[in-house]
Amino acid sequence: MSNAGSTTANALARTKTHGQPLWLLAELTYKCPLQCPYCSNPLDFAGAGEELSTEEWISVFRQAREMGAAQLGFSGGEPLVRQDLERLIAEARKLGYYTNLITSGIGLSGERIAAFREAGLDHIQVSFQASDEEVNNMLAGSKKAFQQKLKIAREVKAQGYPMVLNFVTHKHNIDQIDRIIELCVELEADYVELATCQYYGWAYENREQLLPTKAQLERAERITNEYREKLKAEGNPIRLIFVTPDYYEERPKKCMNGWGEIFLTVTPDGTALPCHSARMLPIEFPNVKDQSIDAIWNESNGFNYFRGDEWMQEPCRSCDEKEQDHGGCRCQAYMMTGDMHAADPVCGKSPDHGKILAAREAAELDTNGQPITYRNERNSKVFAESSRVFARSG
Amino acid sequence: MNAAVKTDFRVPVLGTLFRFQWEPAQQAYVLLYPEGMVKLNQSAGEILALVDGQRNVTAISAALMEKFPEAGDLSGDILEFLEVAREQRWIDYR
Repeated sequence: MSNAGSTTANALARTKTHGQPLWLLAELTYKCPLQCPYCSNPLDFAGAGEELSTEEWISVFRQAREMGAAQLGFSGGEPLVRQDLERLIAEARKLGYYTNLITSGIGLSGERIAAFREAGLDHIQVSFQASDEEVNNMLAGSKKAFQQKLKIAREVKAQGYPMVLNFVTHKHNIDQIDRIIELCVELEADYVELATCQYYGWAYENREQLLPTKAQLERAERITNEYREKLKAEGNPIRLIFVTPDYYEERPKKCMNGWGEIFLTVTPDGTALPCHSARMLPIEFPNVKDQSIDAIWNESNGFNYFRGDEWMQEPCRSCDEKEQDHGGCRCQAYMMTGDMHAADPVCGKSPDHGKILAAREAAELDTNGQPITYRNERNSKVFAESSRVFARSG
Repeated sequence: MNAAVKTDFRVPVLGTLFRFQWEPAQQAYVLLYPEGMVKLNQSAGEILALVDGQRNVTAISAALMEKFPEAGDLSGDILEFLEVAREQRWIDYR
């Protein structure tokens, strides 16, 4: 019976033309006290519409749950900013979701952690920027962030939650990976995500400042493996998950496990997306205020756009690996080639693969002293303004 | 109960990282954990459904054999599954 469990993702993707939404990511707000330069929110978030109301969110949860969604992530921005978070957690838990709070921990208190527990929250993920106070604060654009995060992580464990610590790794902190892991062990994390930046949105703007070199990456992976063995030998159940940036791969990743196969993101203003980055694409995505989740998932042009392989161009169309990676990430193709139907340039077969090679070379350069574009309202308005200009002229 | 078989008094409990529930949309039992899900096959689901922090291993076997009399002696399979489940940290023993 060793095959008693299979990842549902794979099992379901095979049985239907497209899967059911299993994972609902609720981006409750774009407001955030931090200014991380690798934020996954759109560059022009300041130009987004009004946030969904409590009742509108509950309706989204109910509909997605009826379609089979089992995991619900409360994200943002910083979801703690929403004053109705306790109510949203309680309603989601009542519907049968496994509820995840994905937070920076800024603005969180022991009392509120207890109130979330009462409401039925299953798990809290705390994101860190680095193991080192100075680097953490430099990257988060906040002076008090690090101490607050430590306090909150200890409180989360003390109150009996499972805890995932998420460290976004990049050029400025990846060399401290041993200290990051030791901090996570000390904080008694259950899972640790050592995830390299994904270069979309703000991180793409700051890529030269963030992309680690190949040597940095190999060293970090080696050290992580050494810790895995050491911790296992000590009987420590902590799990270390190491995610590499696809910039050092020769084949692209299968984006979101397939477009419109598992993931459903709903943004603060109700726009529904197959992936939290997809808003950047020149596709009109549906809004939960106008359509049911069922219609959005099964019938909307936005969700059907990259299902199947009809949309593919060469070299993907005739490629014998197209089922494995589905041509890679659509956002990456769009950002780097200007054509969202093109092969992901990570692929060695892409005519634009040279752009990835150039980024690898640029990572070797010393970027100390170059400016970082912080993710904040002021910078976002610049992007929102310029995208309106593009929209008018295009 | 067969006098030759020793009662297994160990009481399995669900691992603290996991939540176990029936998913109507999948017609299956699942284990949910931080940002993940394991879809269980029927026998695994039936066994874990009896892990309630009260029943010991022998009681779980007896309950399943009563529910599926045509399946014969399941105790070996159940022990084997519980061992896998413990390795996966889905369960622990009190």
